[in-house]
Amino acid sequence: MIHQPPNPNPQPPRFAAPLRIANGQGFWGDWLEAPVRLVEQGPIDYLTLDYLAEVTMSILQKQRQADPSLGYARDFPPLIGRIAKTVLDRNVRVIANAGGVNPVACAEAVRKAAPGIKVAMVLGDDVFSRIDEFLAKGYCMANLDSGESVTKIRNRILSANAYSGAFPLAEALATGAHVVLAGRAADPALALAPMIHEFGWSETDWDKLAAGSVAGHIIECGTQTTGGNCQVDWQNIPDLANIGYPIVEAEPGGTFIVTKHPGTGGRVHSDVVKEQLLYELGDPQNFIAPDCIADFTTIHLEDIGPDRVRVSGVRGRERPADLKLSISYANGWKAIGTMVYSWPQALEKAQVADRIVRARLASLGLGFEEIYTEFLGSSACHGPVAHTCPDPPEVQVRIGVRGYDHKAVVRFTRELIPLVLSGPPGATGYGEGRPPVREIVAYWPALIPREEIRTSIEVLG
Amino acid sequence: MKVPLAKIAHTRSGDKGDTCNIGVIAYDARHYPVLVRELTAERVKAFFGDRVKGKVERFELPNLSALNFLLHEALGGGGTVSLRIDAQGKTFGAALLRLEIDISE
Repeated sequence: MIHQPPNPNPQPPRFAAPLRIANGQGFWGDWLEAPVRLVEQGPIDYLTLDYLAEVTMSILQKQRQADPSLGYARDFPPLIGRIAKTVLDRNVRVIANAGGVNPVACAEAVRKAAPGIKVAMVLGDDVFSRIDEFLAKGYCMANLDSGESVTKIRNRILSANAYSGAFPLAEALATGAHVVLAGRAADPALALAPMIHEFGWSETDWDKLAAGSVAGHIIECGTQTTGGNCQVDWQNIPDLANIGYPIVEAEPGGTFIVTKHPGTGGRVHSDVVKEQLLYELGDPQNFIAPDCIADFTTIHLEDIGPDRVRVSGVRGRERPADLKLSISYANGWKAIGTMVYSWPQALEKAQVADRIVRARLASLGLGFEEIYTEFLGSSACHGPVAHTCPDPPEVQVRIGVRGYDHKAVVRFTRELIPLVLSGPPGATGYGEGRPPVREIVAYWPALIPREEIRTSIEVLG
Repeated sequence: MKVPLAKIAHTRSGDKGDTCNIGVIAYDARHYPVLVRELTAERVKAFFGDRVKGKVERFELPNLSALNFLLHEALGGGGTVSLRIDAQGKTFGAALLRLEIDISE
């Protein structure tokens, strides 16, 4: 990222520590009430909202191609309309990567939903139109998993975005905007940005930037750090229906406390925080964020009270020279169909049904990249390591196909329901009719030199 | 004495593309050395058998009494490509709790 100047931070720190940063959305589709409750049920200074998963950008890109006024998280503007009065009254500022591939349209929609709200946008992460320029410069954007050059999928690319860091977000906060919107800002950057802004951290404060990135990682998946999806004593975690979303209370020195509003459900404990720290983790000594590299083996956790975990000791290193690119591309079609068979011999019936469908697909001469069958109720999740259940009460056969021939995949979706009359006895559970055919939008992770990505800030209102 | 991993540890699993990660956390820090000794990358690879097509890597986090495993080529292509019910590997951590390990000192 290139900034002029690198980190303006023109305002002196506003806050007597700690700074309270909450996350009210772990993904697009998370609980709609969560951000509303976070701003209403207790004091917070910043509300972060993470809307983007790896392939969300491609879905948004397609929406924008169909309608130039779309391409952002459409839940976001009505949410701001709903909480605008509270965030203004309570001086809460919102940071979200809801902008998707069209932050400008998103900002305009926010202004329409909440006219009194000033919105700042971080622009420049969208490099969809620059792929050929990058290739001409000799950047092959090799797939980080397979090593293949992006030229292999050049004609099928649907979106391309650089994961931007926290400094552009902090720059946007310095404009005084109530809402800061980005496109593909990296998830942990959303929580790190207010720390940079309020505490005046510099671009080389590696330990502090690492601590803020760890804080972001801990809260980025919402309630996965407050008792949701938690194995430890899960039956006794209180009131999941009213689970509290996570809050970090950050100190200028880089330590912070993970907590939630009093009176909410769930549980914040070091066991729970450990599960989230390990979630989707690679090499723990090299947690690579846009702004630094964090070493997860230096993290110290301490339970200091009910629903309060103190995090300290985080060490970081210099940020990598490259930024990560999130490229999505069209990769054929798929469909998945199911049928349920009951006792007796439920599994045998389901297995026979699978053989019948495969025989009919073969006789039609249809070609697929893959046909994959699972038997739900009989070890679909755990495969061969599952225990066996002799003669289960029912089994669902689940057959999936994928391939590049759209017509073949469509024809597959016609081959399941005939089993009701022409297969083993007692088929049921076909009420949804023929399964839908879905385009496969695949993910291509790559790198691009940091200096190629120039972000800028625009303000509305 | 042999016990299922579930007796001394909890897990959380997730995905990065076609790679599944499993974090394994000892309930009691005193059991962390047992995890390090017993729960090798080779044993985890053998446990999942042909579900994991690629290699298994192990990383140690003594500060959290935890191990992190990366199971490569484990999710049928991963993400949107995979045809599996558990394309994100969310249940792999629970599956590993079945593994019998020797907790003798």
